Amino acid sequence: MKFIDEYRDPVAAQRWLAAIHGLVTRPWTLMEVCGGQTHAILKYGIDELLPREVTLLHGPGCPVCVTPLEKIDRALALASRPNVIFCSFGDMLRVPGTDRDLLAVKAAGGDVRIVYSPLDALKVALENPDKQVVFFAVGFETTAPGNAMAVYQARRAGLENFSVLVSHVLVPPALEAILGSPSCRVQGFLAAGHVCAVMGYTEYLPIAARYKVPIVVTGFEPLDLLQGIYLSVKQLEEGRAEVENQYSRVVTKQGNRQAQSIVTEVFCIVDRAWRGIGVIPGSGLGLRDAYAGFDAERRFDLSEVGPRPEPAECIAGLVLQGLKKPHECDAFGRRCTPEHPLGATMVSSEGACAAYYRHRRVAAGQEGAR
Amino acid sequence: MSQAKDFAPSCPAPIAQYPQVLLAHGGGGRLMHQLIERVFLSAFSNPLLDTGHDAAVLEVGAARIAFTTDSYVVRPLFFPGGTIGTLAVNGTVNDLAMAGARPLALSAGFIIEEGLAVETLQRVVASMQAAAVEAGVAIVTGDTKVVDRGKGDGVFINTAGVGVVEHGLRIAPASVRAGDAVILSGDIGRHGMAIMAVREGLQFESAIESDCAPLSAPVLDLVSSGVDVHCLRDITRGGLASALNEIAGSAKVGMTIDERPVPVREDVRGACEILGFDPMYVANEGRFIVFAPEHQADRVVEVLRRHPVSGDACVIGRLTLERPGLVVVRSILGATRVLDMLSGEQLPRIC
Repeated sequence: MKFIDEYRDPVAAQRWLAAIHGLVTRPWTLMEVCGGQTHAILKYGIDELLPREVTLLHGPGCPVCVTPLEKIDRALALASRPNVIFCSFGDMLRVPGTDRDLLAVKAAGGDVRIVYSPLDALKVALENPDKQVVFFAVGFETTAPGNAMAVYQARRAGLENFSVLVSHVLVPPALEAILGSPSCRVQGFLAAGHVCAVMGYTEYLPIAARYKVPIVVTGFEPLDLLQGIYLSVKQLEEGRAEVENQYSRVVTKQGNRQAQSIVTEVFCIVDRAWRGIGVIPGSGLGLRDAYAGFDAERRFDLSEVGPRPEPAECIAGLVLQGLKKPHECDAFGRRCTPEHPLGATMVSSEGACAAYYRHRRVAAGQEGAR
Repeated sequence: MSQAKDFAPSCPAPIAQYPQVLLAHGGGGRLMHQLIERVFLSAFSNPLLDTGHDAAVLEVGAARIAFTTDSYVVRPLFFPGGTIGTLAVNGTVNDLAMAGARPLALSAGFIIEEGLAVETLQRVVASMQAAAVEAGVAIVTGDTKVVDRGKGDGVFINTAGVGVVEHGLRIAPASVRAGDAVILSGDIGRHGMAIMAVREGLQFESAIESDCAPLSAPVLDLVSSGVDVHCLRDITRGGLASALNEIAGSAKVGMTIDERPVPVREDVRGACEILGFDPMYVANEGRFIVFAPEHQADRVVEVLRRHPVSGDACVIGRLTLERPGLVVVRSILGATRVLDMLSGEQLPRIC
């Protein structure tokens, strides 16, 4: 397949691997930020092929994994209401709330629908004028423009039966939170290519400078990842800490201005809780006052869903910050499996625990992964 | 930003078990197997059922009779490459074929939703008859029920089939051995993506057609060719990955699969890339895998390639003594990973 196979070429991959092996003189710990990158790394076995010295930690960039429990419970409460059609991206359906998930709500009679785009949820609202349609607006900067556009169009069309439950998060504040943690092990980042396609990478320049970490904007195919790792290791070996763009076929420094402007039109920056991590100041997007009428949390009385304490068995928070690897959890693969996840990192195919469970049980369980 | 502390780990309470049946319980993955084991196998357990094969083989006097059943629920009823009717015939014919049986006769039960156009039903039935003729089998008994509007997707079909086993091989999961080769009969993922493309309105230069087809001809050729066939499995819901895991799990063997030779058509790969799906988990309706001694692998491929429906047959792996129950796949870069069974259905990813 053109524009895909070139980036999965095994011969070129071997060349990049050899280059990385030739470059490394001491141990380095890198974090790939995006769950899509984690998935590709484990699917292709890239971590297995790297020199021993290079350790990859899996970052918090999976929207399913970081949406806080309270939001999930609010989604479940909304989806259970008889007059509501609840629309969501597919992989949010299996994220456990306090006592059930959206799949279970659907089985109990709730009208829960998978959509591929928030604009499809808008269509559902147009087709069902007697119902309230709520879209679960989650994700990073990547999904924000589409979700913003849905709200923008809803307001323009005067749609009164459409609203969004917002739990948007932003990458740069999460990176700062990780770097600010006293036990931080991360020495370099592979930044999420698709987030940067929207936002550009100017936001990362002050982070690289302040914390002295290389940040390489990286794509999602095997060669992208290998090249991103190469560039990061090269910077570390040479004592540099710069922002570089490996994913230049997609990402520009300024990003997608139109996408940014619709996000700015509809959303403003707010403090946001991250599942397993806690509140990170200025790390989320919320609706601006002009669009507050489309905020499901204002339209519906959700006072029955209060703050949610979270049990302590799962180490998802530590996994998301790169402090632990999934198989270092006692529950991993025993009490915690994709069918019965203890944490959201086990739910999404992008989640680090699920990726480990699917791709790496042999190595993790029997040989001890690096 | 203020200095972050080392956060306490936090996580939601587990969902131990679902008290209601989810759609995911029908996805061909781990949840479905749990449901079968907990509800059906525990209630019905007997030696024939417990073999875990696609069809039961009954000894009737000197004859060995294969018996199987399957129900068909698909939306839309008509799709490129097939209909619910052709699925209902070929699916059951193929379950018989996986026991190495020659299909003799089928039953057909129709659960029809009030309001379905008779013309639509006639088109479904005509496609069934055509598929039956192609597969060399007759529909000899049947049943009709009608349910209220809104209680069915137009029509649901159940078929049962009987066939005769005319060879002495014990084709079953329990017969596979470490050292066996795994042979795949052709390209994967077509049926699932044909349905998804229609449902999701994906437009391609030419429509992806379902691989829906009867598999009796290559299988009967294979069992009469002198190959010591240990097991056969059609790869349907849950895809190649689930079928491999089912055999590895029930036979307690390990498997090493090479993903490089596994054929996937370009249009199917493209559709999978767009939706974030892995073709290894996408449904098929005319593909199967063969387990046979490694030294006979080339012969299996040669026999299968004589038939258009299995013209792209190839060896994709072998069974091992290591890691019983696990399927390990070698990636295109040469690294290995576990090819697990999915929980339910593949869900489209956020980004």
